[in-house]
Amino acid sequence: MTDTSLIETDVLQRVLSAALGGGGDMAEVFAEDSVSASAMLDDRRVEELSSGRSRGAGIRVIDGDTTGFAHTADLSESGLMAAAAAAAAVARQGGSRTRTVALGHSSTHGRGSKTLPSSVEKATKLDLLVRADEAARGTGDAISQVQVGCGDSRRRILIANSEGLLAEDEQIRTRFNVMCVANGDTGMQTGFESLARTEGYEIFERHNVEDIARIAAGRALAKLSARPAPSGEVPIVLAGGSGGILFHEACGHGLEADHVVKDASVYAGKVGELVASPLVTLVDDGTVLGEWGNFAIDDEGCAPARNVLIENGILTDYMWDWLRAHKEGRVSSGNGRRQSYQHLPMVRMTNTYLLAGRENADEIVAQTPTGVYVKKLGGGQVNTATGDFVFGTTEAYLIEDGHITEPLRDANLIGNGPEVLRRIDAVADDFDMTPGTCGKDGQSVPVGCGQATLRITGITLGGTA
Amino acid sequence: MSDLLTLATSVVERAQPGESMEVYVNRGTETEIRAYEGAVESLTSADSSGVGIRVLLDGPQGSGGRLGFAWAGSLDPSVIDAALSDARDNARYATPDPDVVLAMPDGAAAVDLDLWDDAVVGTPMEEKVALAIALERATRAADSRVRQVSSADYSDGRVEMALASTTGIRSTARRTTAFLSVDAIAGEGADTQTGTGFSVGRSPKDLHPDEAMSDAVLRATRMLGAQKATSGRCTVVFDPRVVSTLLSVVSSALSGEAVVKGRSFFAGRIGESVADGSVTLVDDPTDARAFTASSHDGEGLACRRNVLISDGMLRMFVFDTVSARRAQTSSTGSAVRGGFAGRPSAGCRALVLAPGTQAAEEILSAVGTGLYVQSVTGIHSGVNPVSGDFSVGAEGLMIRGGTLAEPVREVTVASTLQRMLQAVVAIGSDLTWLPGVAAGQTLAIADMQLSGG
Repeated sequence: MTDTSLIETDVLQRVLSAALGGGGDMAEVFAEDSVSASAMLDDRRVEELSSGRSRGAGIRVIDGDTTGFAHTADLSESGLMAAAAAAAAVARQGGSRTRTVALGHSSTHGRGSKTLPSSVEKATKLDLLVRADEAARGTGDAISQVQVGCGDSRRRILIANSEGLLAEDEQIRTRFNVMCVANGDTGMQTGFESLARTEGYEIFERHNVEDIARIAAGRALAKLSARPAPSGEVPIVLAGGSGGILFHEACGHGLEADHVVKDASVYAGKVGELVASPLVTLVDDGTVLGEWGNFAIDDEGCAPARNVLIENGILTDYMWDWLRAHKEGRVSSGNGRRQSYQHLPMVRMTNTYLLAGRENADEIVAQTPTGVYVKKLGGGQVNTATGDFVFGTTEAYLIEDGHITEPLRDANLIGNGPEVLRRIDAVADDFDMTPGTCGKDGQSVPVGCGQATLRITGITLGGTA
Repeated sequence: MSDLLTLATSVVERAQPGESMEVYVNRGTETEIRAYEGAVESLTSADSSGVGIRVLLDGPQGSGGRLGFAWAGSLDPSVIDAALSDARDNARYATPDPDVVLAMPDGAAAVDLDLWDDAVVGTPMEEKVALAIALERATRAADSRVRQVSSADYSDGRVEMALASTTGIRSTARRTTAFLSVDAIAGEGADTQTGTGFSVGRSPKDLHPDEAMSDAVLRATRMLGAQKATSGRCTVVFDPRVVSTLLSVVSSALSGEAVVKGRSFFAGRIGESVADGSVTLVDDPTDARAFTASSHDGEGLACRRNVLISDGMLRMFVFDTVSARRAQTSSTGSAVRGGFAGRPSAGCRALVLAPGTQAAEEILSAVGTGLYVQSVTGIHSGVNPVSGDFSVGAEGLMIRGGTLAEPVREVTVASTLQRMLQAVVAIGSDLTWLPGVAAGQTLAIADMQLSGG
């Protein structure tokens, strides 16, 4: 539980009342106190440990279709009043009215974390880095460089708005990542693996940092003997938990209501239509405890939910924040998120995943005469208006006669969301999730992606062979 | 002395025996306006400030220094105290390293750059709002096929910085920026295509809304009817904006830090031919025309003009103080830092590929047949600056008979950065200053793999 509120309730009431004094439909105070720490072991040396602190409030005033926003690092009443006045300046001049905002009881959410990162000795954290470095280097002499990083954050947020909402949360996140370089006759190759959870340091009781390091090193080593990836349209088998970024890019962003209401999504106006293979049931779910995109309240104070976006191939709904939901006369789906108090909230994904199917992953590969098996994906990017998207492989192999054979060098895959989703013809039962960072309009937020092994009958692979 | 430098110096003066210290502070103001359907969709105005402190503790006898870092988004004295204490504590855990030192004044004189325009402050908000709204209206009205303008933004900012250290560094800088950007969505039947246009400057009066608008509209409308292309090898001509992006990727392999840590395909190749003889690549933050121009680097040393590749030959890498010592050389004034929350590292700031003599049309004419790429996607997922593997999503137009022909989408172009640099066949004369670490011009690269249907 949070120790004390970031801002006293009576101050919040006065600030919100003042924010609406000149008119407007809704005013909101978002306060945040975020403490982060990170450490990196690079080239066998512990480089700087870093600590950061960010504390402030963002105030928005919504008047019709216009949002005014101001933020301040000054959480005193006068600092907040100044920000409220700046945010309210965009409201239509409705004369001086008196609006009294009464806030409800605070819904305070506790952390799910058992071991607060701040309670862990720095030396203990560094020991994790050293262990991972040694494990990575132990996989082979070809490993020429290892970079191990860990980081954690404790983010306290408070949201109050003129509709009476008052909510607080404390979000603890911990991550660990390893990047390896392998050097061979064909040049250098890289391998990366990460662990990231909305939890404290107890994650290291369940996860072994040596395993993470060996996976990263293995990826770099495998690619030393890799041949160039094929060029052109090929069948693809994506391994379970290979990244799940396929759905994040192929349709996730296109199902965000801010794109949809501006008709800037290829999925606009398609609710009730078949937009994917009947094997596709896609869910965005901020409630999955501990996953990277998990939280108790979103950055507008709304509880997350398990939102079914596509059910058996049929588009069922989009994701919503307060603003876009309000305009449509509905409620937020718990997808209003922001990078920090310095940013306006917008519609964002949380943990987005494809429900598992019934097939066996090995059999899917065996039933693929030729193609490419993607064990791990990197990042991706989408143009929501056209649906065209890319995502990159960081570990991939040829499939020949139903067998996984030679490793391939990294390449991007490119496809069109609705087309690719229709070409999914097999989904296995080996579901897994991976963490990622999602960027949109200059803001980054942590998200989770998940899927089981699946096959796409044809997608363009951008190799050179 | 500016009040920020006074503040930074006052913190540095608190260094204890056996301790060196560097303090970076900044303070800025930002405005962001988004227009939609003739009105303001959102307006953000904000002040922000922060501090980044690096403390260097002398290690046990001769073992070298240990560095700790802490930052905070406030200049409040109690917050600075806490950051200082965190940085000190963090330093205790670093590996002692004789190469880890703070920058020392090196005698290089900083150029006097005027990157500040009072008009950013003086222009009334109503005029800034009017710019965004006019941009949105003009884009909608420009072409009947424009069916949506998903964003039309005006933004500006001013930031002042100061850096002080116990090693005698004292530097200050300030700059203003103004930016317009617009995303147009064009439609014809069931087909939808998008285009982005922008304009940058030091103040609202530097901005060219008409250019941003016409660029966005041209890019969206000329893509209508785009199809996949057939896979094959061809010459690819990249638009200046794409070239700016490509150069920024190449620049990460030119960082001395990547080189000394064995993460650059350029390592060990100084003096060798790494590119076609027509390629001269210079990092010059002292050129005021660069949007990223800067008088001082992230450690307070003077920025300077560094010739990285000349006539295809690799000449040097860019270094900050620590990576330079590891490579047994000196800093090239190339420390970059991401604001107060970032620690300095070696990087390019304002890359320019020396322009050639041909106009874009002449290059297309000389290429005859190939692919013209107006934008790429998946730079981060598909380009590896360590291995050099290159594979990106692309959209653009086929080149046939030496001119632009039918539009192409959902294809990739691939090669390796090493081969691409050697396969440069034409560099345009149309040098364009762009936001980001590199300028760009039209560039033709032979023998790339196009993947389509």
